[in-house]
Amino acid sequence: MAMQMLPPDWPGNFWAHWAIFTVIILVFVLATVMVFIWFERRALAIMQARLGPNRAGPFGIFQPVADALKVMLKEDIVPAAGDKIVHWLAPVVAFVPVLMVFAVVPFQGGAILADLNIGILYVVAISSVTVVGVFMAGWASNNKYSLLGAMRQVASVVSYEIPVVLSVVGVILLAGSLSLQQIVLAQDIPFILLQPLGFLLFFIGALAEINRTPFDLMEADSELVAGFHIEYSGMKFALFYLVEYAEALVISAIVATIFLGGWRGPFLPPWLWFLVKVGLVFFVIVWIRATLPRVRIDQLMALAWKFLFPLALLNLLITAVEILVFPAVSPWVLVGVNIAIMIVLVILWSRLFKLGGGRVNV
Amino acid sequence: MVGKSKAMEAAKEIVIKTEPFVVNFGPAHPSTHGVFRMRMTLDGEVIVDMEPVFGYLHRGIEKLAEERTYTGCIPLTDRMDYLASMSNNFAYVLAVEKLAGIPVPERAEYIRVIMAELQRIASHLIAVGAFLNDCGAFMTPFVYMLREREKILDLFDMVCGQRLTYNYMRVGGVSQDIPDEFIPALKKFLKEMPGWINEYERLLKENEILLARAKGVGILSRELAINISASGPVLRGSGVKWDIRRADPYSIYDRFDFDIPTGTVGDCYDRYRVRIEEMRQSLRILRQAMKGLPPGEARSDVPHLIRPPVGEAYARIEAPKGELGFYLVSDNSIAPYRFHVRAPALINLTALSDMMRGWKIADAIIIFGSIDICMGEVDR
Amino acid sequence: MFERYGLGIAKGLSVTIRHLLRRPVTTQYPEQRLNPSRRTRGNELIWDKGKCTGCATCARTCPQGVIHIVTSVELEENKYKVEKFEVDMGYCIFCGLCVEACPYDALFLGYAYERARYRRGELVRDREELLASEERKPSAYARPQIAATLPKQTLLLDKDRGKR
Repeated sequence: MAMQMLPPDWPGNFWAHWAIFTVIILVFVLATVMVFIWFERRALAIMQARLGPNRAGPFGIFQPVADALKVMLKEDIVPAAGDKIVHWLAPVVAFVPVLMVFAVVPFQGGAILADLNIGILYVVAISSVTVVGVFMAGWASNNKYSLLGAMRQVASVVSYEIPVVLSVVGVILLAGSLSLQQIVLAQDIPFILLQPLGFLLFFIGALAEINRTPFDLMEADSELVAGFHIEYSGMKFALFYLVEYAEALVISAIVATIFLGGWRGPFLPPWLWFLVKVGLVFFVIVWIRATLPRVRIDQLMALAWKFLFPLALLNLLITAVEILVFPAVSPWVLVGVNIAIMIVLVILWSRLFKLGGGRVNV
Repeated sequence: MVGKSKAMEAAKEIVIKTEPFVVNFGPAHPSTHGVFRMRMTLDGEVIVDMEPVFGYLHRGIEKLAEERTYTGCIPLTDRMDYLASMSNNFAYVLAVEKLAGIPVPERAEYIRVIMAELQRIASHLIAVGAFLNDCGAFMTPFVYMLREREKILDLFDMVCGQRLTYNYMRVGGVSQDIPDEFIPALKKFLKEMPGWINEYERLLKENEILLARAKGVGILSRELAINISASGPVLRGSGVKWDIRRADPYSIYDRFDFDIPTGTVGDCYDRYRVRIEEMRQSLRILRQAMKGLPPGEARSDVPHLIRPPVGEAYARIEAPKGELGFYLVSDNSIAPYRFHVRAPALINLTALSDMMRGWKIADAIIIFGSIDICMGEVDR
Repeated sequence: MFERYGLGIAKGLSVTIRHLLRRPVTTQYPEQRLNPSRRTRGNELIWDKGKCTGCATCARTCPQGVIHIVTSVELEENKYKVEKFEVDMGYCIFCGLCVEACPYDALFLGYAYERARYRRGELVRDREELLASEERKPSAYARPQIAATLPKQTLLLDKDRGKR
C-alpha cells in the first residue's frame, strides 16, 4: 500500500516546521476539546432519552462557546491564606503537559512535530506531570478537604500508572520501537487484535487516570471531599475543566495511535482516519459514562493493585514468549490465541472478586 | 495479620494518633433526598457514629388539620409524602370511614385499589432511580424511570386533574368517576410496562460495580428491623414476610392474588430487588382489578361536612414506603380533635445510625438512598 | 454463573446504546405544547355570575379560606345579590373542593396553567376578572358536561413508540 509519507523535516526549514505544527497542535487541541464537550453533552443526553443543548446555535454547537464566555466573566477568587503563586501556577502546570503530549502524535504519515525515537516514553513521562499540577492546586487552596482530595487523586493516578505502562510495553515489544511513528507503521494488523488484554488494561487504567466514570469519585457529590478544585473559580476553573477533556482527548489519541492503527486505513485521507478513530474512542468513553455507576476509593485501589497489575505482568510475559518462541507464526493465529487467553485470564481473576467487604468494626 | 513483630507494634504506638472528628452533612446537599442533616463522627473515612437531625420541613400539618373539616384535611394529606399522594389520601379516608362507619360502593373500592397500585409503581420508580443515581450511574436509570413515571402521572392527570397532589379520594369513595379513556390507556400502559422493567434490570441488575457497591452494604438484621418496627421494603428486604395487604387486609385486597417479595440478607441490594419485584406484583394486581371493575357509583352519598360520633380510629395501609397509619380522635365536631400520622419514613429512619456504622462516607449515601425517605413525611 | 465477569457491564452498555436510535420524547416548550387533561385543575377560578346565588358554600368548603363573599339581603328571583366575590389566588391550593361543593355549577377551575404575575396583589381576582372569556376557558373538573368541548389530552403513552 502506497502511503504518503512526508519527509521528517518538511518543509525544510526547522523553525517553519516547528511553527506550523505548533499552530496545528494548539488549534487542534482547543477546537477538538470544544467539540468534545458539545459531543459529550449531546450523546450523553440522547442515551438518556432527552435532548442535549440545542438552543445555543443550530444543534447547540455554540454551547461550549457560551460556557467559555460565562466562565471568563466570573470573578477570580483566590483564598486569602493560600499560597498565591502556587495557586496561580497550578492550572498552568496541569494544562501545559497535556498540550505537550501531542508533539509526538502522528496526524498523518510523517506529519509529526518531533519524531522522537523515545516517543511513547516521552508521552508517559510528560502526562504524569499533570498530577503535580493537581497536587499544587490542592495545597494552595489552604483547605484540608481540598488537600485530601488532591492526595487521593495523586494516589490513584500513581497506582494506575503501572498497569498502563506495562500494557504499553507489550505494544512496544510487538512494534520493536518506542517511536509512535514506527508503532503506527508496524500495525499491519491493528494491535487491538494482537493485544486484546493489553488494550483492556490500558483502557481501564487510562479511564482511572483521567478521572472519568466509573472512577470519577473525586468530583462526585457523594463524597464530602469535593476535590482539589473547590477553591477555584473563573478562568482557572475553566482551565481545570479543559484539562479533564484534554486528557480524554490525549487518551483517545494515544489509544487510536498505538492500538487502532493511527492514521492508516483505506479510501479516506489519513488525517480523517485519525480523527474518526479519536472520535470513536471518545464515544466509547462517553458511552461508559452514561451506563456505569461509580466505584469506591478502596475498591479503586484494589482494582489497580490486585486486578490490573498482575494481569499486566502476565500480559507482558505472554507477549514476550510469543515473540521470542514463535516468531514465524502467522499473526492471525496469534490473534485467536491472545483473545482466548484474555477471556481465560479475566474469568480466572474475576473469581477473586468478593462482595460485601469494606466494613470496619467500630 | 499473623505474626506481628514487636517493632511494628512499637512503631504504631509512637507515630499515629488519630481522633475522630465531627462532620456535618448539612441540610442542603446534592445527594440527600430532601432537607436532612446528618452529624457524622468520622475516623478517617470510616463512620463511627451518625446522628440524624431533621425537622427542616416541618409545616405543622397535624395542627393545621385540627382547623379544617374532615374533607378539607384531604389536600393536607396530599402534601405529606408528596411522591405517593394517593396512598396518603387512601389511609386517611379509611380512618374517617372507620370512625364514622360509612360504607363504600364496590366500584369505588376497585378504583381506589387501581390508584393505590399505580401510585406504588410510581413511587418505587423514583425510589429505585434515586438510589441508582446515588450509586453514581449519572442519572441514566433515573431518567429512564422518570419517563415511565410520566406515563403514570398522565393517567392520574386524566382522572383527577393534577400530577402530584391529587386530592382524589373522598370519604365514602372517590371524588369523580374515571373517564372513558382511562381504561384503554391503562391497558396500553400495562402492556408495555413489563418490558420497561426488564430493560431496567438488564441495565443495572447484574452490573459488577453495582454489586460491589450495594451487596453486603448497610445490613439491617432481621431482629433489629422487627424491634424498631420498620415496615415496607426495608422490613421485607431483611427477610420478614410482612405485608399489611396480606396480614391485615383493608379495602378489597383479600380478593387479589399476588406474591410478597422478600430479600435474604437485608443489604441495599436486597431492598433494591424487593422494590423492583414489588412493581411487578403491582402490575399483577392492576390487571386483576381492571378486569373485575364493576359498574356503579363512584361515591356514596356523603355530605362535605361530616360530623362523626365521638370516638377514635386507627387505619393503616401498605404505602410504598411502609406502614402508613392515621390515628383520628373525634369529638363530634366538624374538625378532627386529634390527627396523628404514623409516618413510615420516620420510623425506618431510626435504624440509619446502626446501618451506617463502620462504613465509609460513600456508602452512607447509598444506605440513605436505599431506605427511601421522603422528608415531607418525616417532618410533616 | 457467568454474571461477574463483565457480562453485567456489557448488558448495561447494550441498553444505553440502543437509546441512541430512539426518538427522544422531549417536548420543546414553548414552541411545542402538550394538551393538559380535560379535568386539569388549572391556575385560575372561573365564575358564572348568572348561576351564582350567593349561598357561599364554596367559601365555607375552602380549606384555606380563600374566597370572600359579601351579599346584600335583597333577594332577586331566589338569589342573593352578590356584592363582593373575591378570590385570592395567591393562597389558593387548587384543590377543587369549592368546585365540587357548588350546588349550582357556578364555579369552575380554569384550563390554563400559565397565570403567573409579577406582583402578589395582582393575584387577588375580583368579580369581573373571574368571568369566563376566550382566554379563560373552564376545565371539566367535577363538571363532566363540558368535557367534550375540550381537546384530548396528549399522553406520553401515545407519543413514546420506543422500539426495542
